[in-house]
Amino acid sequence: MMYGFTWDTATPLTYAWSILPIILIGLTVTLKAAAAGFAIALVLGLVFAMLRRSRFRSVSWTTACVVEFLRDTPLLVQLFFLYYVLPEYGLTLPAFLTGALALGLQYSAYTSEVYRGGIEAVPRGQWEAATALNLTRMQTYRDIVVPQIVPRILPAMGNYMVAMIKETPVLSVITVLDMMALANMIGERTFEYLVPLTMVGLIFLILTLICSAGLHRLQKVLPKAGIPLR
Amino acid sequence: MTENATAPLIEFAGVTKRFGALTVLDNFNFEVAPGEKVTLIGPSGSGKSTVLRILMTLEPFQEGRLTLDGLSYQEPGGTGPFRASERHLREIRSRVGMVFQSFNLFPHMSVMRNVAEAPVRVLGLSREEAQARAVDLLALVGLSDKKDHFPSQLSGGQQQRVAIARALAMRPRVLLFDEPTSALDPQLVGEVLAVIGDLAHEHDLTMLLVTHEMRFAREVSDRVCFFDKGRICEQGTPDAIFTAPSHPRTCEFLASVLR
Repeated sequence: MMYGFTWDTATPLTYAWSILPIILIGLTVTLKAAAAGFAIALVLGLVFAMLRRSRFRSVSWTTACVVEFLRDTPLLVQLFFLYYVLPEYGLTLPAFLTGALALGLQYSAYTSEVYRGGIEAVPRGQWEAATALNLTRMQTYRDIVVPQIVPRILPAMGNYMVAMIKETPVLSVITVLDMMALANMIGERTFEYLVPLTMVGLIFLILTLICSAGLHRLQKVLPKAGIPLR
Repeated sequence: MTENATAPLIEFAGVTKRFGALTVLDNFNFEVAPGEKVTLIGPSGSGKSTVLRILMTLEPFQEGRLTLDGLSYQEPGGTGPFRASERHLREIRSRVGMVFQSFNLFPHMSVMRNVAEAPVRVLGLSREEAQARAVDLLALVGLSDKKDHFPSQLSGGQQQRVAIARALAMRPRVLLFDEPTSALDPQLVGEVLAVIGDLAHEHDLTMLLVTHEMRFAREVSDRVCFFDKGRICEQGTPDAIFTAPSHPRTCEFLASVLR
């Protein structure tokens, strides 16, 4: 029994049906972690990309180092580091928050590269026109650059979103009770792993298919020139 | 230049601009009086566009002094390639507008938004005020009916006219035109020149125009400057330059373009 639901292992079908509510509870955690993580990655990645283009050498260089570090160390190491090492220095975060943060940090390194590519593809004339109109750098990013790069970066961002969703099970190692952790626990108790793990796999497949279809749709409806401002 | 009671609005004094080993402007001296319409002509690579780009703070320069409306482009103790703070550069930019060869309209913004955006963001106008200003300016450039279109739905000539309205919306003292018709199909050049020609009657607006349209230059300018190798090698009234050029390089250039 888990979360008040009992399982029925009579046949694979009844077993699957009986544990579905538990798996779905795990799914909400998975979805929340992926959403929070990706939101962090989207915002922080843009900040990294902008800092990296700073006119001040010290700022761009430091940012480049941080991004490189985040990109080139394993997610699991970062996760353990945030979860076990930070509390030693007085910073204790709940497991879920730690997990979302670790996902967000690692993926912000990836998304910052996507943003950077997008920003570099904006013609120089756009920056020059913004300068000639006396827009500040922040205004130029917000009103001119970001709306224009969205259609260009959407496919790459979509790939990272799908990749991140698929990486959420790693959070189970720091006690986040996501779909994978629950399936594993059910398996441990029933000695029946096939059904719960298959269900988790299938749900991930459905999830990523939905995301891909949604992104594809978004790419079709979004004008190539960028988010239209009237 | 004739003796003028008013101080020059723009003054280049011994300005040198280099791109690596290439010297684009070489100890360059140039003054523009308030309200003056000056056309810069010359072979490509002679530095005329660079003059505009430096004025718009798109390019820094290495040596010499440049002032606009009493503001020096470089601050004492200023850092970075421009040797001036961003705040100071923005102070300069508030007096200058620019129209580019390739229009550089914002493709994701409607015509209205292209013209009204910067007045809202930079000048602090309300959306309504800025749109009212944009409506007037779009009427001036003959595009009142296109305000809800996007740039991709307009011809090159129409796009360039929007770009002119966009620059005017900021009420600059100096308007720079960097080969405004060079990217246009021949049949669209006229409509853009007509708009620029109308602006030339505004006596408060100082205009610097880089162009290869010699007949137009002759019609609208108070002064024509012929550039060669990073310097002005001959300047004078349009009549003087076009009918009686004295420098051999000017003669040669005019002979090649006025065929």
